[in-house]
Amino acid sequence: MQGNRACCEGALAAGCDFFGGYPITPSTEIAEMMALKLPKAGGTFIQMEDEIASMGAIIGASWTGARSMTATSGPGFSLMMENIGYAVMTETPCVVVNIQRGGPSTGQPTMSAQGDMMQCRFGPHGDVATIAVVPSTVQEMYELTAKAFNLADRFRVPTFVMSDETIGHMREKIVIPEKVDIVPRKPLLKGKLPFEADEDGVPGFAEFGRGHRVHVTGLTHDERGYPDTTDPEVHEKLVKRLYNKVESKRHEIADYDAVNTDAETVFITYGPCSRTVRQVLHDHPDECIGHLNLRIVWPFPEETLKIFANAKTFIVPELNLGQMVREIARHTTGEEVLSMPKIGGHIHTPAELYAAVEARK
Amino acid sequence: MRHEVIFSGFGGQGVILSAVILGRAAALYGNKYAVQTQVYGPEARGGASMSAVVIDDEPILYPKVASPDIYVIMSQQGFEKYGAAAPKDALMLVDSELVHSRPQCACTEIPATTEAKETLGRVIVANIIMLGALVTATGLVSEDAIKRAVLDSVPKGTEDLNLKALHLGFELGRNT
Repeated sequence: MQGNRACCEGALAAGCDFFGGYPITPSTEIAEMMALKLPKAGGTFIQMEDEIASMGAIIGASWTGARSMTATSGPGFSLMMENIGYAVMTETPCVVVNIQRGGPSTGQPTMSAQGDMMQCRFGPHGDVATIAVVPSTVQEMYELTAKAFNLADRFRVPTFVMSDETIGHMREKIVIPEKVDIVPRKPLLKGKLPFEADEDGVPGFAEFGRGHRVHVTGLTHDERGYPDTTDPEVHEKLVKRLYNKVESKRHEIADYDAVNTDAETVFITYGPCSRTVRQVLHDHPDECIGHLNLRIVWPFPEETLKIFANAKTFIVPELNLGQMVREIARHTTGEEVLSMPKIGGHIHTPAELYAAVEARK
Repeated sequence: MRHEVIFSGFGGQGVILSAVILGRAAALYGNKYAVQTQVYGPEARGGASMSAVVIDDEPILYPKVASPDIYVIMSQQGFEKYGAAAPKDALMLVDSELVHSRPQCACTEIPATTEAKETLGRVIVANIIMLGALVTATGLVSEDAIKRAVLDSVPKGTEDLNLKALHLGFELGRNT
């Protein structure tokens, strides 16, 4: 099965019932398949006029209770930023799939890249905290897309599937589970205000058409949802809550594999680069080479770095000029952090990565 | 054992579909693991197109080709771009009508395009002839597995034509 198709199958299994999108290479197969499959599954597919409108459509659909998603790539992702910020401010659960290609601008439509890793974290203006999953296999594309819906609903944030052309267009065998866990959105309880958070920092959801009186705005608002744009305390309380409801749960959200945790040289990867590192470890079984594979990169699970207690060097191969490596360096305590950037469209070869290990000896 | 197969030709010949069918035969009907990837540009037809399949008995970690051992080349441009650098111990199947150069490695000439036109009257099935020849020349997957994968992958109404092409390919590959 192709990676992009596995994304659709995972979304459908998770109960996705609304897709609004504007097809773009290399994500187009997702829109094509959702157009075929969603109406038959009782859902709605809308091809919007552009990516700004696509993002608006999935936000609106989400407020009617739909599990909504869109899929895009670099240029479309840039257009979505304004409304992604709106989704953060209005606490609208939704899933945005980015099958990354070479940028900036229209760049390399048919080639692989991971150049949007910081954009998905810091793209919208203002202080935001969102969640990003990254698959390294077609199997994970299925599983993590399904998981993204649960995370979006649990934390009421836009959740990103930050894949790339390599995994999106790759075909390999997957095993589809009989059932996918669906964690439903927490409803707004009687007596609570629509933006009055529970202890976990997340308010119950006042779905449209269920009798709630709710006002949804991108302006700074109070617990009723009414704009209050000049009181510093209201703004600080709201934005800190939006930020901390995700950041403070990074340990709970974290999803990773840690291999050879006593190693001195440790690769940290996400997405297709993880597979090259697995090949290096497989080809050199007698050497203790550590590997941390991150399936969730945002919120960044900084505590996972401490698992490698003997680490002297963290090596970070990425399909960009060095993005997540900066976040990793920010959380290390004296270890050497080596960036292995690669752009142009191809993933690192095992030989390229092993050369970095040999150079450390 | 890991095998890395490169298919190349021009866009429109179905080289990516060939790779998808081979991967499907190995993964779903051959009890192996397979990963199919491709390199393609924005041009839909005419440009050099390349697709690769990695087949292994064990789960595939690195998904791309590192040291290809089998080549299926269906255009001169494809040969120049992806086939010319084939290592000496590789095996290459070339479409003898469309590829004029020959590699340093072992090379099998398959008149797939010629046979598709003259015997079957449809040039579009040249890729399936190459696929049949690949299977009998290498034994990568069984004849039954590739047959099932072809039937899964071709449009309704073209099954007979494609099976004829596949069997023609089996014969051409066996005679090498």
